[in-house]
Amino acid sequence: MARKNDKRDDEMRDGTSTAPAGPADSRPPSSFLEVRDLRIHFPTDDGLVKSVDGLSFQLERGKTLGIVGESGSGKSVTSLGILGLHNRRNARVSGEIWLDGQELVGASEEQVRRLRGRDMAMIFQDPLSSMHPFYTVGHQIIEAYRIHNDVTRKVARKHAIDMLGRVGIPRPDRRVDDYPHQFSGGMRQRAMIAMALSCDPELLIADEPTTALDVTVQAQILDLLRDLQREFNSAIIMITHDLGVVAELSDDILVMYGGRCVEYGTVDDVFHAPEHPYTWGLLGSMPRLDRERSERLLPIKGTPPSLINLPSGCAFNPRCAYAELNGGKSTEERPDLRDAAPGHRVACHLPAEKRRQIWNDEIAPKL
Amino acid sequence: MIRFVVRRLAFGVVVLWVVSTAVFFLVFVAAGKPERVIGGPRATTETLRLIRRNLGLDEPLIVQYARFLGRLLQGDLGQSYINGAPVASMIGGRLQTTVVLVLGASVLWFAGGVLTGVLSATRARSFFDRLATLFVLAGLSMPAFVVALLMLYVLFSKAGDAGIHLFEPGPPLQENFWKRMTLPWLALAFLLMAGYTRLTRGAMLDVLGEDYIRTARSKGLPERRVVYRHALRAALTPVVTQFGVDVGVLIGSTIVTEKVFGLQGVGQLVVQSITVGDAPVILGVVLAVALCVVVANLLVDIAYSYLDPRVRLS
Repeated sequence: MARKNDKRDDEMRDGTSTAPAGPADSRPPSSFLEVRDLRIHFPTDDGLVKSVDGLSFQLERGKTLGIVGESGSGKSVTSLGILGLHNRRNARVSGEIWLDGQELVGASEEQVRRLRGRDMAMIFQDPLSSMHPFYTVGHQIIEAYRIHNDVTRKVARKHAIDMLGRVGIPRPDRRVDDYPHQFSGGMRQRAMIAMALSCDPELLIADEPTTALDVTVQAQILDLLRDLQREFNSAIIMITHDLGVVAELSDDILVMYGGRCVEYGTVDDVFHAPEHPYTWGLLGSMPRLDRERSERLLPIKGTPPSLINLPSGCAFNPRCAYAELNGGKSTEERPDLRDAAPGHRVACHLPAEKRRQIWNDEIAPKL
Repeated sequence: MIRFVVRRLAFGVVVLWVVSTAVFFLVFVAAGKPERVIGGPRATTETLRLIRRNLGLDEPLIVQYARFLGRLLQGDLGQSYINGAPVASMIGGRLQTTVVLVLGASVLWFAGGVLTGVLSATRARSFFDRLATLFVLAGLSMPAFVVALLMLYVLFSKAGDAGIHLFEPGPPLQENFWKRMTLPWLALAFLLMAGYTRLTRGAMLDVLGEDYIRTARSKGLPERRVVYRHALRAALTPVVTQFGVDVGVLIGSTIVTEKVFGLQGVGQLVVQSITVGDAPVILGVVLAVALCVVVANLLVDIAYSYLDPRVRLS
């Protein structure tokens, strides 16, 4: 079955790949993780859903990349795509994903499966529904560990207890035999993290890891992730719509809109000198407790675009207050991602001086 | 676990008592005049009175009921009105035949239905899936006697002509057991398997969309393990529930299959005794079937608690 899927994937890639796929471009990159022009499209009865459409980024060991965006902006599909967990039957994937010198998009299902859990692992949003209700927490960690490590049940069990202890679960030797429903929400997410880290993966993808948790617990989980990252030196991709979470943990930030990257830079760049009107919107709609706000929260008007029929030109233009300043360019031509400053990239037609002026005069004072 | 079983058993006894009481009043009180059945149309009034007296029917209802319960506790189901034979021994052999028929078929339909359901779900919209859907439609829409007769025609008559003897009609169960039972099992299993294919397929498709299946895959488990250890275990719970109900109910309603294959089972006994109004036999059969349903459900509950630990622990 795996073979059949691989064949289909190959055919699809040949048919839809728009990226130049010459041998010159397929050199293993120097970064630990490098995604190049990733596209994940789903043909449906209503049309082609371009969930991810030309995404590129790099990530080093020990660093954290935050991917932010609204629901449906393609952030979850991106993470599932990296792990090869997207629906293989109906997805069309193109581009390259390099993990530690190994290319994943062209790899067979079996090759990617062997990497999953061992070299790259994932933490999901809702720890209750993400753990099997019929198996003990220990069983699920032991299972993950034994798939990739040739050890006895006893050794694996000891490792599971050890992992549960390390993520801060009290009495791990007892809790190891509990079922997920006997854990509290925060403890469950800790167990989930223990499971994801059980094989010491170098890449950890956390998909909204704190969204389903109480605020007090959220902070604990983020602290835990930071500590574990220091200990394991893993690269983390933090997917969230919560800019507060990103600010706390990330080194770089990638802002997604309509399946594409609209702004990419360091935390400092994106928080203190954001270039894209959509990022301004996200910042304006974020409640802050660390300082007084001068005005009410500013929601981004309108709704996220349909991924089948993206607005022509810049996908954000129907919701953008500044689109008209361009004399129609925003509705006609899709903006490319360009350097606004070294390492800080933005996809916007507004002239750089204009953007800086709007940010300084209109946006920043209101935050 | 033992407390759980004991509680279930106690509950089963209560169910049996309620059923027996209900049937007692329904059959003995509402159905009315057994002396007519026994004495025949030309019996004199005196004869009828004597018969009533012999049966204890002239006593107050509450006394009759107490006697009935007292006998029941000793395992005595009374005698048939028609031939005076003890009901327990009339039912005994037939119940055995029917239980063998249903249990044998149940293994086939459960295993077959679950397997095709799983394969159908994991290959949704494939050729196999569509074929299975066609088969489900056939199984669900064909009446039992058509299936049984078709099987007889193809696998007995035609195969027999070709020198393959799959079925041995007639004589007792003990001799030629396998040849006697294979076709009835197949016929009964075919009818029920369709429903299990559909049920399993639907449950599997639901479960395969669950977050914890994605988690299992994200751990790097091989797909086979994801499907059979993680998905199937969760998908089995509604299937097992249905299984308990079906096995219990079928014990009392396999008449068509029994008739076509000439098996002396409970189903035929029910129809005969209802036709002639043989109340003790009706009552006996109903109780025997109720007992089977209770036992089947107990087994299902135990199986359920093994599948889903949350049942055991709460």
